[in-house]
Amino acid sequence: MTNEKIKDFSYTKHSLVKRKLVLHFPKKTIDQPITYKLVKDYNLVFNILKAKIDNEQEEGLLVIELSGKDEDYAKGIDYLESLGIKLQPLEKDIERDLDKCTHCSACVVHCPTGALFVKDRKTMEVEFDKEKCILCEACIPVCPFGAMKIEY
Amino acid sequence: MAKTYEEINEKIKNKKAVVLNAEEFIELVDKKGLKEAAKEVDIVTTATFGPMCSSGAFINTGHANPRIKMQKVWLNDVEAYSGLAAVDFYIGATQIPDNDPENSNGKGLFKYGGGHVIQDLIAGKDVKLKATAYGTDCYPRKEIETTVNIKELNEAYLCNPRNCYQNYGIAINKSDKTIYTYMGVLKPNAANATYCSAGQLSPLLKDPFYKTIGIGTRIWLGGAQGYVYWQGTQHNPHVKRNKNGVPIGGAGTLAVVGDLKEMSPEFIAGVSMQGYGVSLAVGIGVPIPILDEEIAKYAALKDEDIEAPIIDYANDYPVCKPRDLGTRNYKELKSGKIMIDGKDVPTAGLSSYSKALKIANLLKKEIQEGKFFLNKPAQPLPGTEWEEKFKPLKVR
Repeated sequence: MTNEKIKDFSYTKHSLVKRKLVLHFPKKTIDQPITYKLVKDYNLVFNILKAKIDNEQEEGLLVIELSGKDEDYAKGIDYLESLGIKLQPLEKDIERDLDKCTHCSACVVHCPTGALFVKDRKTMEVEFDKEKCILCEACIPVCPFGAMKIEY
Repeated sequence: MAKTYEEINEKIKNKKAVVLNAEEFIELVDKKGLKEAAKEVDIVTTATFGPMCSSGAFINTGHANPRIKMQKVWLNDVEAYSGLAAVDFYIGATQIPDNDPENSNGKGLFKYGGGHVIQDLIAGKDVKLKATAYGTDCYPRKEIETTVNIKELNEAYLCNPRNCYQNYGIAINKSDKTIYTYMGVLKPNAANATYCSAGQLSPLLKDPFYKTIGIGTRIWLGGAQGYVYWQGTQHNPHVKRNKNGVPIGGAGTLAVVGDLKEMSPEFIAGVSMQGYGVSLAVGIGVPIPILDEEIAKYAALKDEDIEAPIIDYANDYPVCKPRDLGTRNYKELKSGKIMIDGKDVPTAGLSSYSKALKIANLLKKEIQEGKFFLNKPAQPLPGTEWEEKFKPLKVR
């Protein structure tokens, strides 16, 4: 995903922006008071939709809705990127190509939210609950059959 | 009550053969007992679908004018082995394109390779053919670049030296870093475990002493009717067995052959393993004739009767270090988690159970409709009496 898209709010005629973002942050930034700084230094309002810190994966994941004045938003994004945080807009969609999926279940253990899961332990078919998907993309490289795709 | 191949084939011809998939047979034995079930049922269908690296296809393109004796050959930029006659070559499942970044820029994604070429051919897609040669008086052409389609090839047949592993290990990673293996991405500190067998549906697990599956057995291969042509490479009947006679870990293997032109891309699929490479997922169905009660007893083995060994792919596997980390059965593995060192570890398969079940049912239907007959093996697979032992490579 291009960062231009995250920063591009030219189509909004208003000075206020509101975006849903996925933040992947490396271990070294987990102890930073990121949300505090966003509020205090950048006057941004945020709503945490999902947060996860995986010590074994050595990365943190935060899905937030960020809103504020456009210039504050842009500075806030610059601040997050300066910390090495990878940002993605929550405007895309993960799709499963059912012609390619073989229900092998290789993805299931890599899905942090349980959006990909095996419900019926007799048929062993893999289900995909898009409501739970936070677009972290962990499933994409681990699928041996290339069945998981991002749709923009 | 003993039945013969001939009797069962006669029943198939008359569409009167009683056929159950391995799951249904297990249920029947539970309900009616072994003796009754063995009497009632003629054939149990077994199947598996998973990555099987020792796979590939022989191809003959026919001759161009002027002729070329292909010395190097590529299909969609993936090199095939052409050290055969002029226009014969073998495309191997794990070959990657010459320009693949491999693991040079982070862990490679290995999106395309020999396995994908085979799947594309089966799907009827045009495939780019490139070949070079030094030129001879009888084969003057020195290079060729064109496209080929499976319909126009003289021969295209899958010829896999090792498929259908009788059993397999459970992969974990006891190091503190993520590792990328042919058993998938393994998280550090044994945070996940992967396995690769259809368990109670898998052919050689349902005939652990090779009483019916042998050289010449007719099988369902990727949607076509194929054959077992030899024991597979690394065939090892001597692996330690559990109380049910089932080897604990990879043991017997099959070498199989079948016509690519009759196969379906749903059951022969290219595989990409991040950080590892490419492979081919192969769907195989094997009918087990219930000739007697002993064969029935093995065909009725359940997931909980079949165990796999836990193997550390970080510390032990790469250096051939044998270490007993215990075993877990397939019922436990299929539950979604197993207990290792007092902690719940999520499990995932690489072999697809649901696809295997689909294959077992397709084979069942073909037999019931009188379209698939049993072929009695010309020779059994080497069993526990075999004098050959599985050897490591000594580096001198």
